Amino acid sequence: MKQHLPVLLLSLSVPIIALLPLPDFWIAQLNYIGLYALVSLGLVLLTGVGGLTSFGQAAFVGIGAYTTAWLTLNLGLSPWITLFIGLGLTAVSALVVGLITLRMSGHYLPLATIAWGLSLYYLMGNLDALGKYDGLLGLKSLSVGDIDIGQGRLFFVLCWALLIAGAVALINLLDSRPGRAIRSLKGGTQMAEAMGISTFRYKVTIFLIAALFAAVAGWLLAHFQRTVNPSAFGLKMGIEYLFMAVVGGVGHVWGAVVGAALVKLLDDYLQVALPAIIGTSGSYEVIVFGVALVLVLKYLPDGLWSVVARKFPRPPRALNWLEAEDLPVRSKPAPGEPVLVVDNIRKQFGGLTAVNDISFDIAAGQIVGLIGPNGAGKSTTFNLITGVLSKTSGRVTFCGQDVSQLPSREIARQGMSRTFQHVKMIADMTVLENVAMGAYTRGHKGVLSAMLRTNQVEEQRLMKEAQRQLERIGMGVSLHEQAGNLAMGSQRLMEIARALCSDPALLLLDEPAAGLRHKEKQALAQVLRQLQREGMSILLVEHDMDLVMEVCDQLVVMEFGTLLTRGTPAEVQANPAVRAAYLGTEH
Amino acid sequence: MDSTIASILLLDGLTSGAVYALLGLATVLVFTVTRVIFIPQGEFVAYGALTLAMLQSGKTPGTVWLLMCLAVVASVMELVERWRHHGNPVRALQSALKTLLIPAVVAVVSIWAAPQQFALWVQALLSVAIVTTFGPLVYRVAYQSLEAATPLVLLIVSVGVHFAMTGLGLLFFGAEGFRNPSFWDDRFALGPVTLTGQTVIIFGVSLSLIVLLWLYFEKSLRGKALRATAVNRTGARLMGISTHASGQLTFLMAALIGALSGLLIGPTTTVFYDSGFLIGLKGFVAAVVAGLSSYPGALLGALFVGIVEAFGAFWASAFKEVIVFTLILPILLVRSLRSGHSDEEH
Repeated sequence: MKQHLPVLLLSLSVPIIALLPLPDFWIAQLNYIGLYALVSLGLVLLTGVGGLTSFGQAAFVGIGAYTTAWLTLNLGLSPWITLFIGLGLTAVSALVVGLITLRMSGHYLPLATIAWGLSLYYLMGNLDALGKYDGLLGLKSLSVGDIDIGQGRLFFVLCWALLIAGAVALINLLDSRPGRAIRSLKGGTQMAEAMGISTFRYKVTIFLIAALFAAVAGWLLAHFQRTVNPSAFGLKMGIEYLFMAVVGGVGHVWGAVVGAALVKLLDDYLQVALPAIIGTSGSYEVIVFGVALVLVLKYLPDGLWSVVARKFPRPPRALNWLEAEDLPVRSKPAPGEPVLVVDNIRKQFGGLTAVNDISFDIAAGQIVGLIGPNGAGKSTTFNLITGVLSKTSGRVTFCGQDVSQLPSREIARQGMSRTFQHVKMIADMTVLENVAMGAYTRGHKGVLSAMLRTNQVEEQRLMKEAQRQLERIGMGVSLHEQAGNLAMGSQRLMEIARALCSDPALLLLDEPAAGLRHKEKQALAQVLRQLQREGMSILLVEHDMDLVMEVCDQLVVMEFGTLLTRGTPAEVQANPAVRAAYLGTEH
Repeated sequence: MDSTIASILLLDGLTSGAVYALLGLATVLVFTVTRVIFIPQGEFVAYGALTLAMLQSGKTPGTVWLLMCLAVVASVMELVERWRHHGNPVRALQSALKTLLIPAVVAVVSIWAAPQQFALWVQALLSVAIVTTFGPLVYRVAYQSLEAATPLVLLIVSVGVHFAMTGLGLLFFGAEGFRNPSFWDDRFALGPVTLTGQTVIIFGVSLSLIVLLWLYFEKSLRGKALRATAVNRTGARLMGISTHASGQLTFLMAALIGALSGLLIGPTTTVFYDSGFLIGLKGFVAAVVAGLSSYPGALLGALFVGIVEAFGAFWASAFKEVIVFTLILPILLVRSLRSGHSDEEH
């Protein structure tokens, strides 16, 4: 109930404020705050959650505004139609910018949005059809039938209703299967891709959502001001939108509203106060904004709302999935059948052959250990099998299918699931939510149904599966703990639970015992033995020989990128070449 | 269009391209060493041109006061941080005074020299000195404590710095624009086109700066140290290279390049307090052509941007900015298709 409190309070206060005898000036201020908050709401999703930065949101506001202005003035279309045309145009331009820049490293998007914002500004300012720098005048106010809802109090209700709806949609989205995928974007793409998530698709998606929020705000703004001109859509405004999101708390949905209110009020105040102090007119407020932006990033990087959020911690998720149906399971190879066949895989980095024609196979129900001294090429082999690195040559067959050329997320979808040498998780999500990411490929509800909350049946099934896997490895007590607060050993176990959540046909564990204390290692060994009993097929890269010798059926020993030997633990231990590789030879 | 017009446009484009090249180089330089995408690079250009304009009219340039303010802020920060970290107030005070020293000397000399109406080249030298002094101070005040932040945070900081510097430019220079006198008034006929002395200077200065930069980074130990910082900050620190010092040195060079660019374009166009931004961004587009990493790439990119702008201005003058800045999209598309890999492990 507690997390719905801001929504309830806001929803109640909107009609009350509308009825209060406030001066019109304040209603107008609130209207602007609502419009700006709608734009920075998109930035909270894009920048705060997804880690992508756009300075060009004002340009998308402009597309929404100019589309409706031109179409209603010149073709006499109803604003209720032009809204959707504006959304369509915005979507197309956002897709073009997004598809071009989002494949590249993070700083190209902001650069592209700066350039894009500038060129759109000059385009609006120079096109005769759009009235050049004077803009378009004489727009009609929004109306339903004969009732004018485009001004004053009614517009206030409309604008804030849209804002609250947008905020609720985002909150719903962030707490869902696609939302967890979006929250993983910030920490690099490798983990998300290994869970079968197309990170590129989600980057484009959130860029698109943010642009659409901006376009709606533009449409509202155009009919509220009843005039549009380029100055409201320039780069300065784009930067101010980002500033609102950063000040308010770029990771928090309600931070957008706080930031918009603060920046709007401060802006108005400074525009009057500063010229009075300085003695000449001019937009001196940018000095204060610039300095404030730097100070906020230095001393309050999570924004103002983070202070509020700390006071009201999220209550634990209600256990509403006990009745949920189990997720369907995939068919796996019968015990003894081959799961993985690695055939002469090779990786060259320039002149260095890191992995030199390695071959081995794993039968269902087997635990195979991949061992070797440091630098033997174990991790590279691991990355070649899981598709993180591309192979120079060779073939990997998984459950009878050739997966040599597939990217890691496709291989993950086929049922190969892995953990990481350095734990990769989303530290500010709970253990349960982190583990539920593993079941990503077993759900299919998308962004829209998450926003509208029609995904609840599936969500419950995912959560139930996550809880089941956590209990399977003995972590049933820490479901609601923040993942970042866990000890190293528990984090590694959590990664195993996350991998298990995908219902894998083969589990790949990359040094699961690295950095663990003795007790934690014992717990891990117990989990591995249990999985062995349950018939799980596992490929294990590990340095801890006691652990390896204890749990593995077969060992593959690598040295300097080549296969040294393979066999049962006893055979390998007796092999003089292995001893020489690990301990050196006597001369 | 006949060949005469085409060659005039080409020369025009190459001239502005030469200036963009300098700014593009500065952008690449700053990014590779500090991972800062330095949006305010253009502000140094405007500051340089306007400082000279103020000196020309015999007034003390507003940049001098700004410089002093910034130096005081920087030295207070230095004092507090050193004191806190090392607990030695005498050492902290020393280092604070060291921060203050050079800006103070530059300021005093400027205040003395401003009403004397020295020769143009002396004033030019003084302008360069004033604006160059800004570089390390800006780094000290805005970026130094955020060295470990992600490039995205640094980029947003850059935008904040750009805002502040533009507003301060308005405060100290006023809204009026200035056009500086040419350094060399001779003209040379070269086939159908006329080469002005200023054009020759622009090409000369750009080329020699590029060569100097190349020599610095290839041949000198300091330059190699900067390159090391660019490749691996931790490694560089373990080798005894201070990242603080590297950052400040880089910003010094960026400010120097900016100030020189300001002097170069000052006589060719009217410069306002906010003109630097667009000029800097065009250098930026050039740097993006080079993927923010290659110096020769930035040079070629800049010449290309200059030529596109010149021809764009001829065919559709109202849309020349639109053309230049939309150019970045196909450039990024090509880069994206060629690179193909996404960023891993921030």
